[in-house]
Amino acid sequence: MIPAQQVVELALDAAATSGRCVETIVIVSDRAEASLRWAGNSMTTNGVSSSRTTTVIAIVRRGDTAHLGVRRSSVVEPNAVGPLVAAAEEAAHAAPEAHDNAPLLAGSGEPADWGDPVPGTGVGAFAEVARALSAGFACTDRLYGFAHHVVETTLVATSTGVRRRFTQPTGSVEINAKRGTASAWVGVSTPWFIDVPIDAMLVELSTRLGWARRTVELPAGRYETLMPPSTVADMMIYLGWSMDGRGAEEGRTALSAPGGGTRVGEKLTDLALTMYSDPLAAGLECAPFVHTAAGSERLSVFDNGMDIDRVDWIRDGTISSLIYPRATATEFGVSAAAPADNLLMTGGTASLAEMVAGTERGLLLTTLWYIRTVDPTTLLLTGLTRDGVYLIEDGEVTAAVNNFRFNESPLDLLRRASEAGVAETTLPREWGDWATRAVMPTLRIPDFHMSSVSQAQ
Amino acid sequence: MSSHRTGSRGVDSDFLALPLKQLADAALSAAIAGGASYADLRVHAITTEIVQLRDGELESAVLDREIGLAVRVIVDGTWGFASHAGLRPDIAADSARHAVGVAVTLAALNAERIELADEPVYLDATWVSDYRIDPFAIPTDEKVALLGEYSGRLLASDGVDHVSAMVNTVKEQTFYADTFGSSITQQRIRTMPTLEAVAVDAAAGSFESMRTLAPPSGRGWETLADDMVWDWSAELAELPALLAEKTKSPSVIVGPTDLVIDPTNLWLTIHESIGHATEYDRAIGYEAAYAGTSFATPDKLNTMRYGSPVMNVTADRTVENGLATIGYDAEGVAAQSWDLVRDGIFVGYQLDRVFAKRLGKARSNGCSYADSAHHVPIQRMPNVSLQPGPDELSTDDLISRVTDGIYIVGDKSWSIDMQRYNFQFTGQRFFRIRDGRLDGQLRDVAYQATTTDFWNSMEAVGGASTWRLGGAFNCGKAQPGQVAAVSHGCPSALFRGVNVLNTREESGR
Repeated sequence: MIPAQQVVELALDAAATSGRCVETIVIVSDRAEASLRWAGNSMTTNGVSSSRTTTVIAIVRRGDTAHLGVRRSSVVEPNAVGPLVAAAEEAAHAAPEAHDNAPLLAGSGEPADWGDPVPGTGVGAFAEVARALSAGFACTDRLYGFAHHVVETTLVATSTGVRRRFTQPTGSVEINAKRGTASAWVGVSTPWFIDVPIDAMLVELSTRLGWARRTVELPAGRYETLMPPSTVADMMIYLGWSMDGRGAEEGRTALSAPGGGTRVGEKLTDLALTMYSDPLAAGLECAPFVHTAAGSERLSVFDNGMDIDRVDWIRDGTISSLIYPRATATEFGVSAAAPADNLLMTGGTASLAEMVAGTERGLLLTTLWYIRTVDPTTLLLTGLTRDGVYLIEDGEVTAAVNNFRFNESPLDLLRRASEAGVAETTLPREWGDWATRAVMPTLRIPDFHMSSVSQAQ
Repeated sequence: MSSHRTGSRGVDSDFLALPLKQLADAALSAAIAGGASYADLRVHAITTEIVQLRDGELESAVLDREIGLAVRVIVDGTWGFASHAGLRPDIAADSARHAVGVAVTLAALNAERIELADEPVYLDATWVSDYRIDPFAIPTDEKVALLGEYSGRLLASDGVDHVSAMVNTVKEQTFYADTFGSSITQQRIRTMPTLEAVAVDAAAGSFESMRTLAPPSGRGWETLADDMVWDWSAELAELPALLAEKTKSPSVIVGPTDLVIDPTNLWLTIHESIGHATEYDRAIGYEAAYAGTSFATPDKLNTMRYGSPVMNVTADRTVENGLATIGYDAEGVAAQSWDLVRDGIFVGYQLDRVFAKRLGKARSNGCSYADSAHHVPIQRMPNVSLQPGPDELSTDDLISRVTDGIYIVGDKSWSIDMQRYNFQFTGQRFFRIRDGRLDGQLRDVAYQATTTDFWNSMEAVGGASTWRLGGAFNCGKAQPGQVAAVSHGCPSALFRGVNVLNTREESGR
């Protein structure tokens, strides 16, 4: 394959030569991926892949209107670039007006790493993980899981001179262990697969499986519940995905206010919880600029290359910002705000162990699963507990409990949370395919709504 | 040359112009030279166009073509896989060597030797799905214009404040060759249209929505172009009034309730509670850490009562316009149909060549699929369908049997646990049934059940005249995550005493 930078220049040159469109945006992403998967203490499907996606966005301007043509291809041959540009240009000329029209950003020159080689990955990244796992495979507990490493380098360039580049490493290891009918799960986010604590994860799994030596059947109902960081992340990520400003302004999301407008300014909790995204968050770094091939209520292709800054979506318990591309922000008279590809929430000082110790009787969850919207007006979500619900009695975990189906809204969880523990890096279980960068606290919910019992173990 | 099943079209010439045979020769010979006992090469192209409109105006239109090659090998009983975006013989050979390297590296951690069930060899086979209008022959602006016109019909109605419209069209082309000697070229089309109308009550800070019922299918642009496949004129005309009625309808009363479930809703319940539950790889733990396992374990095969005696469920990769319909699967196994549940008894699984061998079957039933060149083929769901009853009951006949119940139409929210026991679904439209007749709409309805309780409560199924094909583009499974398109046919059906929830009460309001 020719270098990604060369694809960018070929595309911009082709557009300039053609002259059919006044502006052009080119996005090239090179992706290397490696994965290990195992079941019942044996490897199953494993592999490596290498791919490239080239996106050409051609823009025609007629007076005050703009018209877009977007074409994307994984073809890597150099002679495919010209036809891709031509196809985007043809689409732009035939397209109706784009209603998120905004001027393209001005260029600021190539970043220092623009011309650097694109890094990759391979099964070698898993050498230490595989070594440590082999010890687990030799034990009597049955192990299932997945190790995944993706290194994706994205280059954004525009005919107005924007040049942005970012290499996004994404990695995770998840292990599910089963002993008899007991099931436990641990997972970590590990961008570069350095010092993955497999041995400690196996110890933690064994501890949790040990908690299941005693089992207690509990009925549906409302329970005081400790939601560990992974479960809080899964609920708050869904909230983050629901924070587009336009929908709220137009009265069709849970963040729309009675009488019109949005719920920005509404205090959800007296706890000092701040939920934010920040591309510079230590250990959770992600692209500090917009790169998108498709317009939506959250992102505009006209904003490609725009800085993404830290945004506090909830600040000190009060809803403080919603997502607005530039054109939408102008329409509603607010500031533009783009979401970074991570989500963090501040918490308190108590460790999970301390929160368990401070619980007279309650439930400790492990992970959530199959979360879906039930009622968008309240952002009521349903889902299941999975791989470990534990009973806390007099400050100690005393038994494993059956799984439940829950019906809860993340907004209501924040309204009712009575305590937040220390925030820590966590791997969201349900949304881990899309979101691995999260820092969340444990939350204590006095009355978590377990709608029914699940027989799943 | 053989041809298993071919529509009236051929595979597009640009795909056939690729150096497919040279890629296969390079990859398979390199794999064997590297020590593989088996290898296959797949060249996989997915062309997708997603057009989205908001309130009749274009929000996004992206045409995407992804293509690459994948090599899968077995070395000393262990899988190896590698893929690449480049389509040159030297890259194919390198990928084969990488795949061998993966297998060799991980062989020490493999405790289950991979073996494949036998399958006839298909040399130079071709299969093309049956569609009338290639959606990629329709310019983007025509698609935008049609969706805009459909959106306009809804927006022109009183009580409709917002409309979102979307069409997703896909063309999937594959070339497959393996060291047994099969070589297969295939092409299929699928189309998914949706329009949703929203009514806003700004004063209350609330809103209600209703979506069209047109299903995705393995058809082309004919799905939207006129009223021949789906009666868009009728649905777009009636939807605003239905939405307006829904906004004023009473909230449902909770408790055990008799339900008549329309195929537009029931397909999704079938997908979650039968389709996934009868995946053999899931049942023996291969998805335990992710998608989950299944209550339908091998020890229950041919003995477990899944549902009432009127429950007959088939699996197939052959139904006309089915989303999982294909000529040959991703391991070169010809498409088939078979029983999963017969007279209420669990009798069958979905298999690929590895799991067929493991279950002791002579042959795979052809459920291997990968969603791109960059993913490993795994066992994926065929079309799974509930069969109609012999008595030709209409939906009205089923409704007439209910004194106090609900008729549920259209799918919306869905969720099921990781062993496929506990599920909860909502819908688009809920009509109260009183004394055997429909009596206005209800709102805030969800139904929740345990899979076998639910299917055992099925008292009657409608006849063939009520049978419809529903489906989805986005069935998820595996790590790295893969999506697959799958159809589910079913008649209307009557269920007794299903637990109905009120979603407002569930949220504590």
